[in-house]
Amino acid sequence: MNIIYFLIGCSIVMALIFLAAFFWALRDGQHDDMHTPAMRILFDDDKPDETESNQS
Amino acid sequence: MVTTTSTTITSCYHCGNECGESPYRLDDKSFCCAGCQGVYQILNSSNLCNYYVYNDSPGQIRPARQQHFEYLDEPSIVVRLADFIDDDVTIITFYIPAIHCSSCIWLLEHLHKLDKAVVNSRIDFLKKEVTVTFRHDKLSLRKLVELLSSISYEPLISLQDVVKEKKNSVNRDLIKKIAVAGFCMGNVMLFSFPEYFGLSSREQEFKTLFNWLNLAFAIPVTFYCGRDFFISAYTGLKNRMFNLDSPLALIIAVLFLRTSFEVITQTGPGFTDTLSGLVFLLLMGKWVKQRTYYHLSFERDYRSYFPVAVTVIRQGTEKPVAINELHVGDRMLIRNHEIIPADSILMKGNGYIDFSFVTGEASPVEKVLGEMVYAGGRHLGDAIELEVVKPVSQSYLTRLWNNQTFAAPESRIKNFNDSIARYFSTVVFILAIGASAYWMINDDTAKAWGAFTAVLIVACPCVLALSTPFTLSAVLGIFDRNRFYLKNTDVVEQLARIDTLVFDKTGTISSPEAVNISFSGELRRDQQEMIASLSRNSLHPLSQEIVKYLGISSFSDVLDYKEITGTGISGIVNGCSVRLGKAAFAGHESDMKAEPSGVHVAINGSCIGYFSMKQEWRPGLKGVISRLKRQFNFHMISGDTHNERKALADIFPSGTSLNFMQSPQDKLEYIRELQASGSMVMMLGDGLNDAGALKQSNLGVAVTDDINNFTPGCDGILDGVSFDKLPRFIEQSRHAVRTIRRSFVVSASYNIIGIYFAVQGTMSPLTAAVLMPVSTITIIAFTSLATHVYAHKNKLK
Repeated sequence: MNIIYFLIGCSIVMALIFLAAFFWALRDGQHDDMHTPAMRILFDDDKPDETESNQS
Repeated sequence: MVTTTSTTITSCYHCGNECGESPYRLDDKSFCCAGCQGVYQILNSSNLCNYYVYNDSPGQIRPARQQHFEYLDEPSIVVRLADFIDDDVTIITFYIPAIHCSSCIWLLEHLHKLDKAVVNSRIDFLKKEVTVTFRHDKLSLRKLVELLSSISYEPLISLQDVVKEKKNSVNRDLIKKIAVAGFCMGNVMLFSFPEYFGLSSREQEFKTLFNWLNLAFAIPVTFYCGRDFFISAYTGLKNRMFNLDSPLALIIAVLFLRTSFEVITQTGPGFTDTLSGLVFLLLMGKWVKQRTYYHLSFERDYRSYFPVAVTVIRQGTEKPVAINELHVGDRMLIRNHEIIPADSILMKGNGYIDFSFVTGEASPVEKVLGEMVYAGGRHLGDAIELEVVKPVSQSYLTRLWNNQTFAAPESRIKNFNDSIARYFSTVVFILAIGASAYWMINDDTAKAWGAFTAVLIVACPCVLALSTPFTLSAVLGIFDRNRFYLKNTDVVEQLARIDTLVFDKTGTISSPEAVNISFSGELRRDQQEMIASLSRNSLHPLSQEIVKYLGISSFSDVLDYKEITGTGISGIVNGCSVRLGKAAFAGHESDMKAEPSGVHVAINGSCIGYFSMKQEWRPGLKGVISRLKRQFNFHMISGDTHNERKALADIFPSGTSLNFMQSPQDKLEYIRELQASGSMVMMLGDGLNDAGALKQSNLGVAVTDDINNFTPGCDGILDGVSFDKLPRFIEQSRHAVRTIRRSFVVSASYNIIGIYFAVQGTMSPLTAAVLMPVSTITIIAFTSLATHVYAHKNKLK
C-alpha cells in the first residue's frame, strides 16, 4: 500500500500544475474578455485571391 | 431599373433604414443616403463586403455634422491618449459606441485591409473597445480616427479616457482566490472520503497523513482566500459597524482553529471539508455580486462631457489645445455643435447656446458680444470666438461638481443582510454559550468545547450571504434585459425602500427631441415642399423637427439662403421668397403674439401661419404616475421656466409640488430637505444640473435616450424607452427583497436541524459537510426560481 504515498504526491503535483496553468492564463488576460472570441471563431478565413464578392 | 416599385419599401443595404422614394443605387443595392453609399464604396473597394454577409444591414447612419480631429495632430495629446508608443508603432484603445454585432468585430479586426499601416486591431465586444496597433510614421492618429469615422465607427474620445483607470486587477484577484479555494476544496474532499466511509484497521496509518494534508490545504483557504472577510470584519468592528462579514470571519476562524486542534492532538479529522466548501461558496457569492457593465460608467463627471481639445487662436493661427492647458486670456474658436469648455466672454459672432444639459432650460439662449458664457453650453450656429476668463478646473460648472456638499456619505445603503446579521449572531452566540454551559455543568469539557464550536459552525449565515447576491444579481440581469442598468446589487434593495419620487423635467419626463408640432393655417403641397427645402439647410433643432413633421422627400434648390441665428432663416425656393422664424422676422402683426415660441412662415411677404411646438412627454408618463400615485409622493424640480406648469399639473396628482427655475444647488437642497423629513428619495434626472441631486438622493437614476451618451454620476441608468416600466421595476425590487426574507426562513430551518446535532456535541464532520452544500443548493434554486416567477408576473422579460 506504500504506493499510495507516491500516488498522492503525483495527484497533488498534477493539480498544482493545473492551478499554475490557470494563474498563467489569468495573468495573460485570457479571462478579461469572454465574449468576443466566441464570436470571432465563426468568421470565415479570408480568401485573398478572390476578386468576386461572394454574396448570395 | 427605370422606376422603383413604390409598393415595396426598400430598406438601405448598409444601415437598414427605409429609403425614400428615390434611393441611391449602386451595384443593384439601394442606400438611404449618400453617407451609407459612401461607406459601401469604401468597403467594396477594399474587398471587405463580408461585412454585409454576417448580418443584414449592419451599418449605422453617419451623423451629418462634420467632426474636427485637428487636435489629434498635437503630439502632447497623442501621448496622453495612446497606451503605448515606441519608435515604430503606437497602440491605442478607442471606445466606439457603434459596435453592436459580429459584423462590427469582423470589419474592425480587418482594418489592416483598409490601411496597410494598421498592424493589428482587436475588439473587446462587451466593453465596445477596439485596440489598434499602427505604424505612426505611415498613418497619423488623426488619419486613423478619420478612417474609423469614414466607415461610420467614430470613436468617442473624452477627457476621462485620458485618465482611464484599470479596474481589471480587483476582479482578477477574486478569480485567483476562487481558483485556489476550488483547488483546495476538491483535494480536501478527495482526502476526506476515506474518513467518511471508514478505514479498515490496516489503513489507519493513512488517516494521520490525510488529516495533515487537509490541514495544509486549510492554511491557504483561511489566510489567503478568506483574508478579505477578516479585514472587512475588523474594519467593521473598528467603526462600530456590525456587518455580515463579522460572523463569517468568526466561523472561518473557529473552523480553522478546531481543525488544527483536532489534527495536532490527533483527536479527530476536523472540518476542513466544510471550511474549504464554505469559503469557496462565499467567494462565488462575492463574484456574482460583482457583476459589472463594461460599457457603462456610473462615475462619469464633467471630464467625459467636455471635449479633449479646443481650437485656440494664437497670433492669428488656429491651433488645437488640450483643455487643461487652456489659459485665461486664450481666444477659443467654437464651431457649430461644439461645447464651450470654460467660462468665457463672447468676442466675435452671435452666440446661440443650448444650456439644456447644464441648467435644464429647454430653449437655447441668445448671447451678444461681451456677454459672459458659462462652460458646458453647446453652441448652435456659425463659429464664434470667445476669450477664456477662468481656467477649466475653476469654471462654474466644474466647481459645482467638486463642491464638497455633493460628496454624499458613503455608507448610505444599509442592506437587509447587515441589519439581520446582528440579531442572527446574538441568537447563535446565546445558543453556543448555552450548549457549552450545559455540558460544563455535566462535567464533560470535551463535549462543551465540541458543542460550542459545532453550533457556531452549523448556524453559519453563509446561506444568507449567498441568497442576497444570487437573488439581486438575477434581478439585475432582468433589469438589464429591460434596459434599466443599476450600479450594483445594493441598489436593488434601495429601490425597494423608496417612498418619494423626484423628477426633473427637461430630458427626464419630457423627451428633448420629441416635439409635438402642429401648424395653424393652411398649407398647400407646394408650400410644404418649399418650407421643407428651406428648413433642411438649417441645423437648428426646430428646423429639423419641421422637416420631419412635413415628411417631404423631394426637395427643391434654395437660392440666397440666409440664417440669422436666434431669429430665423430665409431663402428663395422655386422663385418664391420664403421666411421662417420669429413673428417679427416673418413680418407677423403684433396680434399674433399669442404663440411666442411658434415658428412663423411667410411666403412672398404674406404670412400664411405658424408652427407651434409643444413639449412632448415621455410615452407612458401618465400611466407611470397613475400607477404609482397611491404608494409614492411626487415632486418635480426643473431648471426651466414655468411655461408648462398647467400641463404638468394635469399629469401629476393634485398637491404635487412643482418647482421651477431651480439652480443645481437648489435641487440638491430640496432633496436634502426631503430626506431630513424622513423620506427615502429617488431622483430621476438627466443632465449635469441634476448631478448634485442625483448624488444626494437615496437613489439617483439618470434617464437617457442613448445609454452611450454622457450621463452624470448616478446609481442607475434608465433607457428612455423603458420609462413606462418604472412601476414594474420598483415592484420587482420589492419582490426580490421579499424573496430574500423567505430564503432566510428556509435557511433558518436547515440551521435548526444542524443545531439539533450540534448542541448534543455529537455532530460529525460528515453531517456538516453534507448539510452545507444541500442548504446552499436549495437556497440558490429557490431564489432564482422565485425571482424569475416574479419577473414573469411583473411582465419583465
